[in-house]
Amino acid sequence: MGRKLLTEHVNVEGIETFDVYRKHGGYRSVEKALKTMTPDEVVDEVKKSGLRGRGGAGFPTGMKWSFLAKPEGVPRYLVCNADESEPGTFKDRYLMSKLPHLLIEGMITGSYALGANTSYIYIRGELLYVLRILEKAIAEAYAAGFLGKNILGSGYDLDLHVHPGAGAYICGEETALLESLEGKRGNPRNKPPFPAVSGLYGRPTVVNNVESIAAVPVIVNEGGDEYAKIGVGKSTGTKLFSACGHLNKPGIYELELGVPVEEFIYSDEYGGGIWKGRELKAVVAGGSSVPILPKELILKTAAGEPRLMTYESLSDGGFVTGTMLGSGGFIAMDETTCIVRNTWNFSRFYHHESCGQCSPCREGTGWLEKVLHRLEHGHGSLHDIDLIVSVAKQIEGNTICPLGEAAAWPVAAAVRHFRDEFEWHVTHPQEATRPGAVYRGNLVLA
Amino acid sequence: MTPAATQLQFSPAAQAEIKRLLTHYPAERSKSAMLPILHIAQAEFGGWISPEVQDLVAETLNIKPIEVYEVATFYTMYNLKPVGRHVLEICRTGPCMLRGSDELTQHLERITGARVGETSPDGEFTLKEVECLAACGFAPVVQVREKYYEKLDTEEAVDAMLGELRSLIHRPILSWEENGLPTSLQNN
Repeated sequence: MGRKLLTEHVNVEGIETFDVYRKHGGYRSVEKALKTMTPDEVVDEVKKSGLRGRGGAGFPTGMKWSFLAKPEGVPRYLVCNADESEPGTFKDRYLMSKLPHLLIEGMITGSYALGANTSYIYIRGELLYVLRILEKAIAEAYAAGFLGKNILGSGYDLDLHVHPGAGAYICGEETALLESLEGKRGNPRNKPPFPAVSGLYGRPTVVNNVESIAAVPVIVNEGGDEYAKIGVGKSTGTKLFSACGHLNKPGIYELELGVPVEEFIYSDEYGGGIWKGRELKAVVAGGSSVPILPKELILKTAAGEPRLMTYESLSDGGFVTGTMLGSGGFIAMDETTCIVRNTWNFSRFYHHESCGQCSPCREGTGWLEKVLHRLEHGHGSLHDIDLIVSVAKQIEGNTICPLGEAAAWPVAAAVRHFRDEFEWHVTHPQEATRPGAVYRGNLVLA
Repeated sequence: MTPAATQLQFSPAAQAEIKRLLTHYPAERSKSAMLPILHIAQAEFGGWISPEVQDLVAETLNIKPIEVYEVATFYTMYNLKPVGRHVLEICRTGPCMLRGSDELTQHLERITGARVGETSPDGEFTLKEVECLAACGFAPVVQVREKYYEKLDTEEAVDAMLGELRSLIHRPILSWEENGLPTSLQNN
């Protein structure tokens, strides 16, 4: 079954309250860190753990922490990125609403490690009900002396606040998030300087995903080396996967990194197979921004190795035959799915969410949506298929932030793996646009 | 500030909440409270934020009106035109589309008499399409204020949602807790 490092107690009645959470071992990492460890020792444990950013980029968390600039007399901040908006992903919402104290504990231990005395949780505005759950839990933590002045008599002060967004996927990008936290439009900043040097209010800041912070307590409690024993290669520990789309059992699953993809899709322990007795056609394995893969390439690498739910295995083959673990937003598509329509849907998303600063993204996402719309509706040409690949290439690498790549990659991958389906929309427009029409030319049946 | 300053005022409850929020940020960085204050303003003034309300927020934060206009026009949760009593925010992104959000939207248009982007003739419902709400495992989903209505893949589920909304007493609703209703389905 695998260890549940984060969600072991998720179904305990009252686990969202301080008392029950504490009774089940909660806040031990705060005691251990504040009473027996220096901040740098905490950072070391996180480094040893091999924990990688769980928001989608997979950057080693300990390394990010060690980059934090520490000029004398300048406040530092730990900011939790709870803006979860990557299509297909809903694990942070799950964690925060069911285990608010886990995040708070991680924020306290993490803030101590980084020398922050004020920290923020930036949560997307749509999750206002979760914000209230967090505020209630924070109030309990203050009342119990785990927040505020002189925590546990250690001399360490910390104030923790929750701050809502208001509907902007781009605010999940760390510098856009900071702009938004400062009360402005969510326009990403040029990097360098990185937030570690100049972040919130121009001060040194670390921005981490909810799930990354939630892993800090267990890493501190058991030690980074122990955490690193779980998983495979550079994919250590456990990860929450958001299974959705055409599965029998969509939902949140905490996995030790390394479970085979085939098992994740078909086992009754996890996805339970494809709904309505249908066949799997394609998977977007890590949130909408990662390349889509057809059934045969998601189950096995191009070399014929079974794919595992790890960073390395899912990236095997680069973008030619591989994808990315990303946010773990695992979207399964059955044989009735129109890949062209799905690609258009994602393009519409990125166009809608583009902040508009960079011309290649602002204009490029607009063109992708427009051309995909006409392809989907039977008004496209064969040239359009090459055109969207070309537009995607012109966005990639030419933008301030990775939303450009996020918009480009799904289009490039869809055409790479499903070009015949796109061509069918051009050569057989009447068939392709009939309600319920399904292209079956590229199916690999079991 | 604005000429002939707005006659609008925040209610005492809203003012108290704003005061509390301002303590979250350094004193010289009160503009950080912009987004949460705009949420309060939207709930306070009928579910949308008029130019006058935006001016009120600028006054409250002691900043120029343009600094509020540029924020109010950027974020999708802020409604800049009048809305019905309940705004139904229907997720339209990929994973929800795969589980029937298109059909759900068409069904809601038929039942309410509103097209997407419009308010129903009886003023009850405004239909708004939104992007991924982080409810993909329980698709398709509609958000109304704080509440997530999930697994809306049957007519019964939709009827239950609309019935619950119609039965709510007619006043600005800041919080679902005030109405004693749970804020989300229990899932997983």
